[in-house]
Amino acid sequence: MALEMTTDTLSAVDTTVSAPPAVSPDGETLKMRGRDVKVFYGDKQALHGVDLDVRKNRVTALIGPSGCGKSTFLRCLNRMNDTIDICRVKGDILLDNDDIYDPRIDVVELRARVGMVFQKPNPFPKSIFENVAYGARIHGLAQSKTDLEAIVASSLQRAGLFEEVKDRLDEPGTGLSGGQQQRLCIARAIAVSPEVILMDEPCSALDPIATAKVEELIDELRQNYTIVIVTHSMQQAARVSQHTAFFHLGNLVEEGLTNDIFTNPKDQRTQDYITGRFG
Amino acid sequence: MFWTYAALLLLVFVTANVYGRFRAMQMAGNQLSALHSRPSYHGGYLAILAVLPASVLLIVWAVIEPRLLNTLVINANAQLVEGLYKPELQAFLRDARAIAFGGIVGFSDAGKEQAAEVFASLARISFYLKTTLILALVAGGLWYGNRSIHPAMRARHFVERTVMGLLILCSAVAIFTTIGIVLSLIFESLMFFRKIPIMDFVFGTHWSPQSAFEGAGADHGETNTKIFGAIPLLVGTMLITFIAIMVAAPIGLLSAIYLSDYASTPVRAIAKPVLEILAGIPTVVYGFFAALTVAPFIRGWGESIGLSVSSESALAAGLVMGIMIIPFVSSLSDDVINAVPQSLRDGSAGLGATKSETIRRVVLPAALPGIVSALILAISRAIGETMIVVMAAGLAANMTVNPLEAVTTVTVQIVTLLVGDQEFDSAKTLAAFALGLLLFCITLALNIFALRVVKKYREQYD
Ligand SMILES: Nc1ncnc2c1ncn2[C@@H]1O[C@H](COP(=O)(O)OP(=O)(O)OP(=O)(O)O)[C@@H](O)[C@H]1O
Ligand SMILES: [Mg+2]
Repeated sequence: MALEMTTDTLSAVDTTVSAPPAVSPDGETLKMRGRDVKVFYGDKQALHGVDLDVRKNRVTALIGPSGCGKSTFLRCLNRMNDTIDICRVKGDILLDNDDIYDPRIDVVELRARVGMVFQKPNPFPKSIFENVAYGARIHGLAQSKTDLEAIVASSLQRAGLFEEVKDRLDEPGTGLSGGQQQRLCIARAIAVSPEVILMDEPCSALDPIATAKVEELIDELRQNYTIVIVTHSMQQAARVSQHTAFFHLGNLVEEGLTNDIFTNPKDQRTQDYITGRFG
Repeated sequence: MFWTYAALLLLVFVTANVYGRFRAMQMAGNQLSALHSRPSYHGGYLAILAVLPASVLLIVWAVIEPRLLNTLVINANAQLVEGLYKPELQAFLRDARAIAFGGIVGFSDAGKEQAAEVFASLARISFYLKTTLILALVAGGLWYGNRSIHPAMRARHFVERTVMGLLILCSAVAIFTTIGIVLSLIFESLMFFRKIPIMDFVFGTHWSPQSAFEGAGADHGETNTKIFGAIPLLVGTMLITFIAIMVAAPIGLLSAIYLSDYASTPVRAIAKPVLEILAGIPTVVYGFFAALTVAPFIRGWGESIGLSVSSESALAAGLVMGIMIIPFVSSLSDDVINAVPQSLRDGSAGLGATKSETIRRVVLPAALPGIVSALILAISRAIGETMIVVMAAGLAANMTVNPLEAVTTVTVQIVTLLVGDQEFDSAKTLAAFALGLLLFCITLALNIFALRVVKKYREQYD
């Protein structure tokens, strides 16, 4: 019932449902578009008008020195900033053709479409099964127990975790290793069939092997999802992303194909950052 | 007298401290780096050596002197006190002391005058002896300390170890007091169980100890053992506690959730202390609130819908007790709910869960063990509460689960058993100790259980 209502409100806003999707100059579909995004924490401005497009079925990496506003921008994309009292967001962010900050948009529905994976793996203190089933339950995605089991299994499979945990689905998710926990969190996000997955430094708490697995996974997920990832590792950005955006002091300095950014940066600050001169 | 010495020792302490510092610096040629311990530790070292032995002597003396004097006086006047009963002997000594040292004398006679003289002379000896010993100890300590101060001396270790000793002593006092109380409880209860079979007490269903010695010339052999059944009291206690928890658990828990997850910072800053003020209201105030406001209200309400409500009811006491323990529940639950990591809330919100879904499905399950232990602590607080029940629930040991009737609780009966003049070896008064022991066992068990739950909960996040 609740779900139906939210879909209604969404389509009510979405008067241009049949409008053609926005397209980039080079012909790629734009899944999300940020226009002049400004973010304030109290009196302090953290983003000074960012214009950034997120391309469909691509991995977009956000890089930049600590405190430059990468997480802040990422959190704007599914309105996680709403949970911070003092945070205000100005400008427009469009998901397909819907303005996600439109007051008529239901943030619950939005977050089902734009999922998030956090820096530190944060499985719920529940069983592995319940962790993955959580989103499906609250959104009423499964009609029956078999439905739910199918959703859990396929999500775990897509997250590359199924083989490792299929015999202990009822053990606590907190008992897994760090890398497994992070993939569990990714499975949990996938289970609600989002269109976009946001990842804030998903590998920063993992060892190299677990990191490699998650990176591999991100590359596979690109087939079905649009991914935005924040990372501090140039190598990681180069390995997993097709597009890269470089932030500095709350400004978007440069964005473009990952290859171009890393081999031929236009801005001196980008050059300095990727060659490790600051940051 | 004691305090004069204490003040003198304090003075010595300060002086020795200052002197020790000075002396250490002097010996090190005013070079801090030459000293193993900083000068203040040398000061402390000297001060402790000078004062600690003398203080111990002073305290020991204050404890044993009166007894020693009594024994010596009794021995010196053996023929005078021969054949006196214990209370008479005590009165005799009290009067003799009053004559010797000033005070209110009951009546005096030649014997007491004689004893008083012995008292006075012994006290004089004791005084000189004590003074000499203390002076000797102080002087000895100062001499030894002064001689051993040396730049390489490990004064810091000495001072630290003395401080640790003092801390251990203080905690030992607390622990031994507890043990002492429990032992006396057990001891008196054993005396009770010698008169009343323990089974009759724990499983008996009839409680009316006031009628224990009916009939003239009744002696202990005729004590009716069937009137010390604790079950009605336990049932009353449970009933009232149950009502209280039914009030406090939902209100306390829900307000904790509001405070931790919904309230804005300013609201929280005001609401939380206000809730905690509830815990600071004296229970006797809750008591007359229960007796004068709530009980008549319930009675009137009951009558208006045709129920007979006694003017002292379990419901009134339970309701007010529930209000009293709300802050226990809310404050402790608020803490455990806040301890659930923000990352779990974010994770849930990131999947599109609403705030209330997040709380119901993630936060509360994670905080459950802590909440349970908060509830258990609140229950043991309710079980031990007396004042409200005395004033609002009555004294009748009815065995009923009807909240509209008067009931009584373990604590209330302990009070009524011990109020007024009592013989301290009758079954009636001893019953109070047995009840106390029973209560102690119940709350102890609850507390241990709660602590275990808390411990399990801690392990989950660390
Ligand atoms: N909850 C908050 N309250 C106040 N200021 C905040 C808050 N979160 C972030 N900021 C500020 O906003 C700015 C951008 O922070 P943000 O977390 O987006 O940086 P970041 O690029 O993700 O850095 P890092 O790489 O260290 O994660 C910083 O100056 C930070 O101090
Ligand atoms: Mg960040």
